[in-house]
Amino acid sequence: MKRYLALFITALLLTPVAARAQGKLNVMTTTEDLASIAREIGGDHITVEGIAKGYQDPHFVEAKPSFILKLQKADVLVVVGRELEIGWLPPLIQQSRNSKIQPGSAGYIDASLQATILEVPTGQVTRAMGDVHPLGNPHYWMDPENGKRIGKEIADKLSELRQNDKAYFAQRLADFTTRLDAAEKRWLAQLAPYKGTKVVTYHRSFPNFAERFGLDIIGYVEPKPGIPPSPQHTLDLINDMKRQNVKVMLIEPYFDLKTPNAIGRDTGAQVLVMPPSVGGVKEITDYFKLFDYDINLLVEAIKKTGAK
Amino acid sequence: MTVTRYVCAMAMAGAIALAPSSVFAQESPQALRQEIDQLRKDFDALKQQYGDRLEALEKKLAAVDGAATPTPTPTPEAAAPAPPPETAAAAPPAAQVPPGAEGAGGPTGALPTYGSAVKGSNVFNPDMAVIGDFLGAAGTNRVNPTPSLEMHESEVSYQAIVDPYARADFFLSFGQEGVNLEEGFLTLTELPGGLLTKVGKFRSAFGKVNTLHNHILTWTDRPLVTQNLVGGEDGIDDAGISVARLIPNPWIFLEATGQVFRGDSGEDPYGNAVFQSTKRSELAYVTHLRGYHDITDDANIDLGFSYSYGHNGLSNGNAVDPGSLVTQLYGIDATYRWKPLQRSLYHSFVGRGEYIWSRRDQPTGLQSGSGMYVSGDYQLGRRWFTGVRFDRSAHAEDASLTDTGGSFIVTYWPSEFSQVRAQYRRTNYNTAPSIVSSANEILFQFQFSIGAHGAHPF
Repeated sequence: MKRYLALFITALLLTPVAARAQGKLNVMTTTEDLASIAREIGGDHITVEGIAKGYQDPHFVEAKPSFILKLQKADVLVVVGRELEIGWLPPLIQQSRNSKIQPGSAGYIDASLQATILEVPTGQVTRAMGDVHPLGNPHYWMDPENGKRIGKEIADKLSELRQNDKAYFAQRLADFTTRLDAAEKRWLAQLAPYKGTKVVTYHRSFPNFAERFGLDIIGYVEPKPGIPPSPQHTLDLINDMKRQNVKVMLIEPYFDLKTPNAIGRDTGAQVLVMPPSVGGVKEITDYFKLFDYDINLLVEAIKKTGAK
Repeated sequence: MTVTRYVCAMAMAGAIALAPSSVFAQESPQALRQEIDQLRKDFDALKQQYGDRLEALEKKLAAVDGAATPTPTPTPEAAAPAPPPETAAAAPPAAQVPPGAEGAGGPTGALPTYGSAVKGSNVFNPDMAVIGDFLGAAGTNRVNPTPSLEMHESEVSYQAIVDPYARADFFLSFGQEGVNLEEGFLTLTELPGGLLTKVGKFRSAFGKVNTLHNHILTWTDRPLVTQNLVGGEDGIDDAGISVARLIPNPWIFLEATGQVFRGDSGEDPYGNAVFQSTKRSELAYVTHLRGYHDITDDANIDLGFSYSYGHNGLSNGNAVDPGSLVTQLYGIDATYRWKPLQRSLYHSFVGRGEYIWSRRDQPTGLQSGSGMYVSGDYQLGRRWFTGVRFDRSAHAEDASLTDTGGSFIVTYWPSEFSQVRAQYRRTNYNTAPSIVSSANEILFQFQFSIGAHGAHPF
């Protein structure tokens, strides 16, 4: 009798753990970059899906009800944070009816918490500066060092949710970090000869990328974040580019190429459609290929134009 | 028996694991006591040292206070009483009067800093925003005229998370006549069964336009059908409880909403309320079924069916039980949206239509009238939008009278936070049998928003 009782208690104690160990964690991410990193960490112990497509402006995603259905079933939501998704994510979370992914819950992961954030405004911030992000530039994933930190943040949080898989996530994080370290060395070597190359970008999507790989961003096609190009600003930019002999322009795939092309014709600069996200073009299927693609594109262009 | 043995073994293991700390504490009471004595001595020495230092500082402060000939006269900006010396010393960043600005009757030395001490409490302040809606009108309208220029509405919003279980949203609308609580409700996000529950005063889920605030509309006005049949600009906006649930199915997004209201709502331009309750039991009900489906990544369709029931405040002539006549509303809405993901900044199209059928019991008999609008909005470029709308609607209180209209709209967006709109509107008001009064108007609108970045409308 005693034996049965003991067995029964043991079974009771074990069931919750066993139940939790079953089934994969359903992870939703706001962008494909985070989805790729989450996939690296979670392996086959999780399922991952991103909301915004890589060729889409992550500031202006539509809050479609079909996303509500996906969030309703999620165990974890990974967000870029720094107010990147402020225009569309809050209503989706609110209508998801899912307590696991509400901000502050265990399943809500802000990937920016350990990352190095640039362009955090100091002093007064007003919208006279355009659509500024008071918490700093949210395009921080464009630096492999931050990629590792995002990976760590995700691994930490997933381990909290699935204690049993802690070692698995830690091992995958270590593996991801090692591979990313090796790749980063290769990427740095590829761009090392061109350190200090002056470039122009459309939006402020590349500050982390530029800092890591030694590019010098001298101006933007947008006069201010979120404000479309104006004739006066375009003229000023053309003059600046001519004076400083800028030969490369990096344009995110979701911006109109009319103004950049006009500037390119006038200055002889090459216009590169450079995806800042996984999925920006078909070939970029993961976080590693994002840098592979962008850096190859950039090196080719610098070689061709002889930019400095 | 073996099991019992295992349990005993585990208990032993646990005891051992817990043991070290207590063992350590008992190691040598003598040494510990000595350590404590030493600590006490150190502490006394420190206390003495700090006491001396404080005394010296206080003396110095008193000397400075005495030396400062006439205490600085505060300028209007610094009219608040200067903080006592202790708090001034505690305030971390003490701003100095910029060099060259001293004298001239202004303050000298350290300026009081405000806000830093209470900054922590600001963290929990709600997100605040104000949206201004300025309207202008030219042309003639003898039936439903609007002023030539008016600050039509200033909508103030406060939104925040209440606790781990709920959030709250307030929208106060300051209009020409006064302040109105447009919406103020609690949303419970943690209820079991996937129920999204709202409690408070809010715009009811009847159709599409009724749920939208003015600043989200792509027109300067509301369609004739909502004006005539669904309570004018305010619409069905009442105190109540709403419950919405997703209906799981493998094909589409399907959401059913049920709402109960007190039974009072907005009036049409002719002064007839849709719902008006004369006693507690005369509640109004709104139900809505919404189906949504992504046709492709770029296009989607949104369909809705609505039904509403409530008392209209009219008497059936029964002196004992007055006000028992009923209005029922049926609605169908359809929206088609197209927005290419990669060029979503530059081009989009929204086509929308609503058909509403009103059955209103009146002392003279049942009035059964219907109305509809169809609209299309196309985004020409990053900043330019254009749209058309056709209107047609019977009057609620006399279904034999039908107003018709049409509009052409152009909108310019300097940025995400402001927009300028012009609308040409022609309306044929059927004011009495076989009398039609036509109005040709040009309407202008400036809309601007300050404060927290709200969600983009969808």
